[in-house]
Amino acid sequence: MIVADRKPLDEILNSIKDYKKIMLMGCGGCVTVCFSGGAKAVELLASQLKMARKKQCKDIEITECAPERQCEYEFIDKFQEELKSVDAVLSTACGVGVQTMSERYPDTMTIPALNTKFMGYPVEQALWEERCAGCGDCVLEWTAGYCPIARCAKRLLNGPCGGSQDGKCEVDEETDCIWQLIYDRLKRLDKLDNLTTIREPKDWQTSTNAGQRKIMFEEAML
Amino acid sequence: MKSANRLEKVLTAGNFAVTAELGPPQNADPKVIKKKSQYFLGNVDGANITDNQTAIVRMSSIAAAAVAISCGVEPVAQMVCRDRNRIAMQSDILGAAALGIRNILCLSGDHQKFGNHPEAANVFDVDSMQLIAMVKKMRDDKQFLSGDPIKEHEPRLFIGAVANPFADPFEFRVIRLAKKIKAGADFIQTQCVFDVDKFARWMELVVKEGLHKKVYILAGLTPVRSAKALHYMKNEVAGMSIPDELIKRMESAEDPREEGIKICLEMIESVKNIDGVSGIHLMPIGWESITPIILERAGLLPRPQV
Repeated sequence: MIVADRKPLDEILNSIKDYKKIMLMGCGGCVTVCFSGGAKAVELLASQLKMARKKQCKDIEITECAPERQCEYEFIDKFQEELKSVDAVLSTACGVGVQTMSERYPDTMTIPALNTKFMGYPVEQALWEERCAGCGDCVLEWTAGYCPIARCAKRLLNGPCGGSQDGKCEVDEETDCIWQLIYDRLKRLDKLDNLTTIREPKDWQTSTNAGQRKIMFEEAML
Repeated sequence: MKSANRLEKVLTAGNFAVTAELGPPQNADPKVIKKKSQYFLGNVDGANITDNQTAIVRMSSIAAAAVAISCGVEPVAQMVCRDRNRIAMQSDILGAAALGIRNILCLSGDHQKFGNHPEAANVFDVDSMQLIAMVKKMRDDKQFLSGDPIKEHEPRLFIGAVANPFADPFEFRVIRLAKKIKAGADFIQTQCVFDVDKFARWMELVVKEGLHKKVYILAGLTPVRSAKALHYMKNEVAGMSIPDELIKRMESAEDPREEGIKICLEMIESVKNIDGVSGIHLMPIGWESITPIILERAGLLPRPQV
């Protein structure tokens, strides 16, 4: 899932300072699961904004809503009537939701209230960790299911750098050295041969280096 | 001969080789390199010119290496994967060879978090293993990474790589060394050895695999001037093993500077006697002036004629 984190309140306040009537639009997808953008987060943010604006002696009207997903026209279009009467939309969706809104409603400003962080999952209650960088050419088959692209600070493909110590990464001692995990699991599975092969330089064209990426499912075309 | 340079000749002739580190300045003054070169001239077989070490901006390693050449010192230009993609790296490899550089040391590079531009984007388009293979491909196959031919004047470089016997997973470190050799490394310089026992254990595994016959291994050594420096390395630098006795010895020394030199001399003796070690690589961080003194006292001067 996509994991996002709310921007600091002051930054949000500053980004909406010119607007009086705001639609605060959440999303019922990933950001609901990570507590940053669902209906509850919208409710909380709305009351914080109202309080803050009251202190600033600046009126604000906030309409709250949380479509099932902000990244599909079908769901955001349900609010098209209300959208006509607001000055701007403040979105607690990921960057995809914000852009879906911007492209569908080009005459209304949609402002992000979140920082979209990564693709990951909750490894424990209230703790999400990155797992996938969307590089477009998955290596998990030979890396024991641990991704060095998303989880190694140097995106190394041929084993750990000299900064791997006691299973931790030199860049952050709270973070596991992913190559230690890869090594340990391959050893357990008797597949250490995977690490003796020299892995060629990666073709980054499948990643973000060739501009916007597209996928088309011909079977699903109308 | 792969490069017909001094370092390669010394090693292939079976001599105990000596390289030492020369850090470029954080400014544009070539006099700094010229001054430091005086410590190295005639005293070492190669002077490693670091490439923005610890991710702190310094004069380009290739430019500084060219200055060293003008002073008669044979440089080992270091190249890290952190700051350049494969296009810039190959371009710089050609440029380095054109300037008369004959040794290159391929490294991943310290993460930018530790330097003076932690906000920077890192590149790591290729990793150190792939860099080694890329230089070898350019030299031996006369091809760029893409497969396009280098029709003439391919870069003739003696290829170095690094190994850290003190990082984890310990058992993987020998596998990784074997990979670097397979990728094309001609010589290896190790991380600073303070823990001679652990280094010896690693070398045992290296010899057991016969890797010392496929590559020249130079043991990295760092003379220190204070116990504080050892504390710092122990606590702040990942992948270092520093025995407590060594710290105690430095703490109780009346003349820590002299003690640091003595320790280094003892280390040189120890590693010289370890099977499979072909030389030493001195890394006196910010203390290059001590290099000739240590080499003199270790009986490693004059350097052999080759």
